[in-house]
Amino acid sequence: MSAYEQWIAFLTIMRKEVRRYLRIWTQTLLPSAITMSLYFLIFGTLIGKRIGTMGGVSYMEFVVPGLIMMAIITNSYANVVGSFFGAKFNNSIEELLVSPTPNYVIVLGYAAGGVSRGILVSIIVTSVALFFTKLDIHSWFVVVSVVGLTSIAFSLCGLINAVFANTFDDVNIVPTFVLTPLTYLGGVFYSLDLLPDFWAGISQINPLVYVVNAFRFGVLGVSDVDIAVSFTMLIGLTLISFAYAMHLLRAGSRLRT
Amino acid sequence: MSAALEIFNLQKTYANGFEALKGIDLKVEEGDFFALLGPNGAGKSTTIGILSSLVSKSEGSVKICGIDIDEDFSLAKKQIGIVPQEFNFNVFENVEDVLIHQAGYYGIPISVARERATYYLEKLGILDKQHVQMRMLSGGMKRRLMIARALVHEPRVLILDEPTAGVDIEMRRSMYDFLRETNAEGRTIIMTTHYLEEAELLCRNVAIINQGKIVTRGAIKDLLRDLNSETFLLDTQDEIPAGTAITGYTLRQVEPHCLEVELAKGQDLAPVFAALSQAGVTVVSMRNKENRLERMFVNVLEGAS
Repeated sequence: MSAYEQWIAFLTIMRKEVRRYLRIWTQTLLPSAITMSLYFLIFGTLIGKRIGTMGGVSYMEFVVPGLIMMAIITNSYANVVGSFFGAKFNNSIEELLVSPTPNYVIVLGYAAGGVSRGILVSIIVTSVALFFTKLDIHSWFVVVSVVGLTSIAFSLCGLINAVFANTFDDVNIVPTFVLTPLTYLGGVFYSLDLLPDFWAGISQINPLVYVVNAFRFGVLGVSDVDIAVSFTMLIGLTLISFAYAMHLLRAGSRLRT
Repeated sequence: MSAALEIFNLQKTYANGFEALKGIDLKVEEGDFFALLGPNGAGKSTTIGILSSLVSKSEGSVKICGIDIDEDFSLAKKQIGIVPQEFNFNVFENVEDVLIHQAGYYGIPISVARERATYYLEKLGILDKQHVQMRMLSGGMKRRLMIARALVHEPRVLILDEPTAGVDIEMRRSMYDFLRETNAEGRTIIMTTHYLEEAELLCRNVAIINQGKIVTRGAIKDLLRDLNSETFLLDTQDEIPAGTAITGYTLRQVEPHCLEVELAKGQDLAPVFAALSQAGVTVVSMRNKENRLERMFVNVLEGAS
């Protein structure tokens, strides 16, 4: 396939993905807006007033970046895992597999769908957050690059999950038992400084800590971990996820016989 | 001109050890209307799976329009359109989107894809369903849409895996007309089917595969010519006298007005008509007792086993 044809194939996959989640926006976009509004209201406004400041900023300001990042992670992941597994389940993935579309275009096309949903949801959640607090962005470069890398990395993780999944239960196992606990323990609601040394050390192996803190640095200029380390971890996660997703497609794991 | 499909020593052994293909050789010329026949589990779908890249081969080589799939599968894939046996749609997409997306996977821009979608949907008689969700279509309509989807990138070879399974007679006929027209335009068609009359009606050449091996191949008319016997049923206006016999012919009275005649190779029916006429019996209609290709198919499989 020529570069132009590959570009068309990429746009086709992305367009299909975007149209899918827009068609079912009440399941894909609305829940995050409602859930995050409740978080802002309960943790930020009601409980936050009693907590006071954290990391040198008000508690509401402190939780907003983590909650936005949580929405990006769950939505970019959910979009690809749901869509790719659905295509596998009804065999419509064969439409793509029998075509000359290269594997990397398939991976990037699905990831682009996940990224676009992650970004759209982040815009919605940020808009909701602005009703509760003001956001003075510390570094647009960090904000944009962290949002981009995070949504790409977790879209790719969603694709990997979908390749391995045999049932719809398998699609929910990772988000429920891995992603959600890691996000909650990733410093969304608290600063690592509050943890005893042992648990603060354990938290260093949670990749979500770096994601949340990098974004918080971009928004507020405060972070529990070094921003360079966060970027290294995030880029590493993205590259490893991409390489593994490519390997699975190239090997045809659970897709071809 | 290169062949549309050249398969040499194709083998497939699945992970569980099952040998689905045991070294098949096959050549289909460009422009041919070719049938790949065989009982269930013979290896037809595995062969098509390898051509579509959904199944990986264990050994052998495959060339599609002269392009070796081991050298440039991407280019080879552009030459073929596959109509699978099972429906493989996203049921929540609408009909036009299915075609536009499929075209997009082949690098065809949306404006061109839309024109082609309209063309093929009209040709296949489902243009009025253009904006209908897949799940609202009948089985026959879905089958026709799968053909449109396989053609939307305008391949040189169309491969159909049991395309008329579960399709009613009227729709099947219109599908035949479309496939004949497509073939007349120069497109090679390779199909598998369990309806042998369908293969006899449409195809010029045939290969029969059994237990992973090609057991016979050739022009259908040549293979039928080699049949050792053929059985006809003659319906008569008058009651056939009991004990009617003709030297050299095997007759069996099925009903008072129906006579079964078995012709050995080289025999003709003229003496039978003459004898019946002499006995005052008028023949009003005549038909094959069974499909001739079916007889040949059974003979070949029995010979192979």
